[in-house]
Amino acid sequence: METSLVKGKSQIKGQSQMTYQRQRKWLGAIFSLPALALLFTFLVLPVILAFIYSFMNYNMLNPDGKTFTGLENYKRLFQDEVFFTALKNTLYFTVLVVPLQCSVALLLAILVNKKVKVASLGRVFFFSPVVTSMVVVAILWTFLYNVDNGIINNTLNFLGINSQPFLLSPNQAMNSIIFMSIWQAAGFQMMIFLAGLKEVPDTLYEAAEIDGANAFQKFLHVTLPSIQHVTGFVLIITTIQAFRLFIQPYVMTNGGPSDSTKTLVFMLYENGFQFRDVGYSSAIAVVFFLVVILVSLILKKVLKQ
Amino acid sequence: MTHRTKKRIGKIGVTIAILVLGFLFISPLLWMIIASLKPETLIFKDMGLAAFIPKEMTFSNYSKILFAENINFFHYMWNSLFSVGMIVLFGTIVNSLCAYALVRLKFPGSDFILVVIIALYVVPFESVLIPLYIVVNKFGWINEFPALVVPFVASAFNIFLFRQFFMGIPRELEEAAQIDGASPLQVFWKIIVPNSKPVFATAAILTFVTHWSDFMWPLIVATDDSIRTVQVGIQYLFTDNNIQYGQIMAALTLTTIPVILIFLFFQRYYVQGITSSGVKG
Repeated sequence: METSLVKGKSQIKGQSQMTYQRQRKWLGAIFSLPALALLFTFLVLPVILAFIYSFMNYNMLNPDGKTFTGLENYKRLFQDEVFFTALKNTLYFTVLVVPLQCSVALLLAILVNKKVKVASLGRVFFFSPVVTSMVVVAILWTFLYNVDNGIINNTLNFLGINSQPFLLSPNQAMNSIIFMSIWQAAGFQMMIFLAGLKEVPDTLYEAAEIDGANAFQKFLHVTLPSIQHVTGFVLIITTIQAFRLFIQPYVMTNGGPSDSTKTLVFMLYENGFQFRDVGYSSAIAVVFFLVVILVSLILKKVLKQ
Repeated sequence: MTHRTKKRIGKIGVTIAILVLGFLFISPLLWMIIASLKPETLIFKDMGLAAFIPKEMTFSNYSKILFAENINFFHYMWNSLFSVGMIVLFGTIVNSLCAYALVRLKFPGSDFILVVIIALYVVPFESVLIPLYIVVNKFGWINEFPALVVPFVASAFNIFLFRQFFMGIPRELEEAAQIDGASPLQVFWKIIVPNSKPVFATAAILTFVTHWSDFMWPLIVATDDSIRTVQVGIQYLFTDNNIQYGQIMAALTLTTIPVILIFLFFQRYYVQGITSSGVKG
């Protein structure tokens, strides 16, 4: 020990150091084994299985009767009207939620980034819906949206506006879910934007002010370019999150009325666990997986992340 | 108008905007909490601002939801706390050890494994739902606690989070301990862990909050009332025609309390977790 301290690490060629290095490699493999074994069993293997099952006629109630049927499930999927409705609903939700939610989040972040006394209070208020789980939020808002005694319709009546059906109407159900979802999650994106805004040096704003820029010009020419990287990241995670829409329609509308809130994940769940059709549900899962990967790759490319 | 007054007007404008928007954001939750403290008859009778003022406070909704014979809510809460607690405990150990091995105890193939782990992070959970159910079923875990815990112990994201942090710890610290004859496990336990408290806190909190709100998976693997988690369980409080709104609001509030507590006491780490998810891109 004494000598190794004096000689320094590079000069040690002794037997014990050799064993130590070899031992290190072994231990590295052993230390990472539990996590890797779990990841393989519960993530890698299911991914592979999803692909395999998607080419099979496989019902959960009759697991021994499963047979390979080639592209049969995919053929059925692309002839299924419900699938196109679900795809359309999922895209509609995503296309509306992503820009709206990100804009709201950025606005909130800019507000609470200002040096005013209520900024930290605002941060807590805007973030508060995020600490509430989506299930809790969905149940709560089902009551708020209630036609007869919901607080939203009461407020509308108070303002002289007629009661709205909200979740009971095929035209309003998805929009009601969109509004609630933005309210629930904007605070999350706000926190990420806020971290980005804090990195923008004050000197940039001061320089812009000297050049006579107004608030909007500062936002356009200083803020936005400085947080470009953060914006790209927020857009990608919000998009992926939007594609996964399930809890809201499950709790609030059960996919209805008349399939107006049925999403891809809802359809996947329905076929897998209500109709027990593993093969068909896996085909939906594979298509869903590919759509999510494809969209995030395109976004990455476009945003040059 | 001078520059100063212009600034002041701007500040007043921002303050008003924050307060108005802030009220819009907090009011549904405020209503939930206040309704949970009201007698049933007053919940929908109080309208407008009165809806936000508890004139007759009562905790009877809470005592009913927690202690009434025919309501298993307390049990659901316990199931959630227990299973999520297990995920946090085992997950922290397993993922941090794996990350340490990938950073400092490199073995043949470890760099490739890291790339795979990062790639795995993009797999949306929903796409493996059915095969995962079949795998878990093969283990015989449907309606057993392991189904709620074991599949979520290892986390690609947490491994990556730990890795990023461990890379920043100076090697000299570990080398000094090695020279003193410490084994890699001792180095990990005595040098790495004490120097990585923030990342352990962040990973633990993020894991807790994420799995506390899990819904889809417990919905399909925990169908038995004895193992039902709270997010799924709340649904079963109002299947009757006679809906007790006060009790439901009390249940919703109780379900939210663990995360509120985390937010209040560990706000820094919680927010760090959210923003650090930004490095993974």
